[in-house]
Amino acid sequence: MTSKQIDRIATAVLWLAGILIIALLGWFLIRILGDGLPQLSWKFITSKPQEISAGGGVGPQLFNSFYILFLSLLLSLPIGMGAGIYLAVYAKKNGFTDLIRISVEALSSVPSIVFGLFGYLLFANLFGWKFSILGGACTLALLNLPVLVRVTEEGIRAVPASYWEASLALGSTKWQAIRKVLVPAALPTIITGITLTSGRALGESAILIYTAGLSVSRMFPDFNPMKIGETLSVHLWYVQSEALVPDAKQIAQGSAALLLIVVLVFNLLIGIPSRILQKRLTGGK
Amino acid sequence: MTERHKINVSKLNLFYGDNHALHDIEMTIESNTIAALIGPSGCGKSTFLRTLNRMNDLIDGVRITGSVAVDGQNVYGPETDIVSLRKRVGMVFQRPNPFPMSIYDNIAYGPRIHGTKKKAVLDEIVERSLRQAALWDEVKDRLNKSALGLSGGQQQRLCIARLLAVEPDVLLMDEPTSALDPISTLKVEELTQTLKERYTIIIVTHNMQQAARISDVTSFFLNGYLVETDKTDKIFTNPNDQRTEDYITGRFG
Repeated sequence: MTSKQIDRIATAVLWLAGILIIALLGWFLIRILGDGLPQLSWKFITSKPQEISAGGGVGPQLFNSFYILFLSLLLSLPIGMGAGIYLAVYAKKNGFTDLIRISVEALSSVPSIVFGLFGYLLFANLFGWKFSILGGACTLALLNLPVLVRVTEEGIRAVPASYWEASLALGSTKWQAIRKVLVPAALPTIITGITLTSGRALGESAILIYTAGLSVSRMFPDFNPMKIGETLSVHLWYVQSEALVPDAKQIAQGSAALLLIVVLVFNLLIGIPSRILQKRLTGGK
Repeated sequence: MTERHKINVSKLNLFYGDNHALHDIEMTIESNTIAALIGPSGCGKSTFLRTLNRMNDLIDGVRITGSVAVDGQNVYGPETDIVSLRKRVGMVFQRPNPFPMSIYDNIAYGPRIHGTKKKAVLDEIVERSLRQAALWDEVKDRLNKSALGLSGGQQQRLCIARLLAVEPDVLLMDEPTSALDPISTLKVEELTQTLKERYTIIIVTHNMQQAARISDVTSFFLNGYLVETDKTDKIFTNPNDQRTEDYITGRFG
């Protein structure tokens, strides 16, 4: 075979691989959305679930998904970004820094169900919070912390050292340089990280079964973080496997479609400020 | 005696770990002069420049002995506030390094971190600094555009303007034109001549014609030693030391 022929074969194989991915995604979307979209209605999205009879909605679950996401970011963002900034800027190469890095690596490889168990033992049992939105949010924050630390550190390390020098040479303190130059320049990377962790938070089920519970408050919307708070993805698992309602299958299909749409829309929305920022920073003309 | 000198360096030694990078440097620099530092790569001239505003502090394992005084005040004294030192002794780097912000925000960055908040005052500082750096006419209609959209030469003058905005009195320039084309280089060189009326400028350069064109005094560094300092025309026509002569006539380096 000549090298030209090999080149053609290689091109064809790569094309096929690409098309296969698109086909898989397309088939997946058609199945999920095709089955689920007909189940979606305003009533389904906003009304409360039923235990025995048909016609229940997923309003509280949808609300809880975002509430838990919000609370977990509130907890994990300051700590994660703080640790990332510390590692990128202040940390000298020594045993302590290595220990932090190893801890971050180790944490990020822990299976989420183990985090769930840990959260259950710590928040639900030891702290006596029982199944609660706060317990779920805290556990989720622990799960996402390593990712946030890493993207912050990488984002800040990717900022040219010359910015740092320029700021200090103008007589700024380290903190001023971090706040006004390094973090803004690293923000697109950090926002990507936040998107990743948020998507994970919306989709996570294993750890929330243990910590946030399988039921919802009788009030809706209920902002009390100590209340039990099942999320949409947990609900999907729950109706599909345990529920008594006669329309469980329809609810599962609807929930799956809704979850997919929510995650997609959320990712797109959070990507917009990031793109605008990127354009502003790099001097779009 | 020392009061008369703008900058007074004595018995300055610098070590990077075990590497003895500067040996017993003695130098005085007067106000409103341009001092050029020349020498082959790795001779210590940039390292020396960075001792004057303590930028070497950012590197791990640097140890410094001896003294550097600006206006009679020891830069390495225990009571020295690095932030106010760097405000007084500003620096322009080898590669233009504007922040990824608008032109306006770049210039206003220094005044803002030093506490100026009023828009009217900032507007005035931005215009004055850009005029001083001979950049105003080129950018006055695009102050809110990103500084990264400027050409390399404009970026370097922007960096000079950004520095002037914090009103330093000593300007350290670390090969400020080595990344620029000849026309931009000329503009920066012309700029140094007008800036010297108000500032003391110390410039590291690889370009000997540049040193000859713009500076009043020139110091020749070699292997971490200061070989000699003299009036620029003396250095370039009739240096005292054979090594200086060899370097400027292109026999090494």
